[in-house]
Amino acid sequence: MKKIDLEIAVGFFLLIGIFSLAYISIKMGKLEVIGGKGYTVYAQFAQSGGIKPGADIQIAGVTVGRVTGIRLDKNYEALVSFEIDEGVKLQDDSIASIKTSGLIGEKFVQISPGASEKFIAPGGTIRDTESAIDIESLLSKYAFGKI
Amino acid sequence: MTIYDMTVCIRAIGAWVIDLLAEMGRMFIFLMNAIFTVFRPPFKFRMLLRQIRFLGSKSMVVILLTGSFTGMVLALQIYYTLRKFGSEAMLGPAVALSIIRELGPVLSALMVTGRAGSALTAEIGIMKITEQIDALTSMALNPVRYLIVPNIVAALIAFPLLTAIFDLIGIYGGYFVGVKLLGLSSGTYFSQMETFLKLEDIRVGLYKSLSFGVIVSWVCCYKGYYTGYGAEGVSKSTTSAVVLSSVFILIWDYFLGTILLR
Repeated sequence: MKKIDLEIAVGFFLLIGIFSLAYISIKMGKLEVIGGKGYTVYAQFAQSGGIKPGADIQIAGVTVGRVTGIRLDKNYEALVSFEIDEGVKLQDDSIASIKTSGLIGEKFVQISPGASEKFIAPGGTIRDTESAIDIESLLSKYAFGKI
Repeated sequence: MTIYDMTVCIRAIGAWVIDLLAEMGRMFIFLMNAIFTVFRPPFKFRMLLRQIRFLGSKSMVVILLTGSFTGMVLALQIYYTLRKFGSEAMLGPAVALSIIRELGPVLSALMVTGRAGSALTAEIGIMKITEQIDALTSMALNPVRYLIVPNIVAALIAFPLLTAIFDLIGIYGGYFVGVKLLGLSSGTYFSQMETFLKLEDIRVGLYKSLSFGVIVSWVCCYKGYYTGYGAEGVSKSTTSAVVLSSVFILIWDYFLGTILLR
């Protein structure tokens, strides 16, 4: 009986602990346990403007995926990879643009749906992109009167 | 002041420094010895299980209590500060970040030190003064393998899990105060938290709690293993184990924070 008590106590503690750890990492840290829940598409931006992996991708304000990686491609442009949820199809004339929530908030990617009949296949590329708006350069243009 | 007085003074300083260095060296050798023994079979799973229960399961109630009240008081205080700037919406991220990065690992380590670390030192210390450790050695049983290694491994398993429980309970304690008592909307509390909290933050908390596990089990076992003579020796080493562990935890927390923050 004593032996079972020990094992139950340890098992109970381990289960609760692991549950808490998993809950925090998955729910709040957005840890990807099961990959392949969505598909990957790419987009090239002339200016990625400080977007980071994990940033949201939104269509009409609804989060449909997240940024998985950013690297520099051969043309010195930023190649950003998106993971889009399964079931969300993107027309091949969709426009991806990098936006900021609020004036100094988090960066996110907004996709404006197109009207084409064709959809982007997994691993495809969004051709139309809009770079991040550089608020500093806009401000300096305004301040020095170049508008 | 004569030359003789000065020599006495210098001698005292010298003796103190030599003692300190010898103590540090003994502690380091003790840790290395334990770490080498961890990887050498036979492994004592039964002892490990017992120590996980002692360090982990039995600390859960204390962790639940301190975690919930830490989250609640944090939410209360941060709310009144944020209200001055009209940015109550940041309450969720502020509570979650400070608990997960800082307060969770540190406070749960301090609580376990007080609850289990002191008992550990007393237990090993009494085994030492009643010559049970010498008895183990004379039977060709390695006391480090029987007494020290299970504690260090159990602490490595138990500390991160206790910290995770503390974090979760703390965040929900903050939720209770922020949403139920102070009237924040529940969506704001959690959605803002998910935007600001990165996996990086959780990893920082995890590294901290792992290293605190090593520190607490190491210092408490060491203090018990090299205890003084008699009941007074055990009581002294128990006190100094708790004090030294707590001081180490707070100092190491600062340095780890600067390293991991970059």
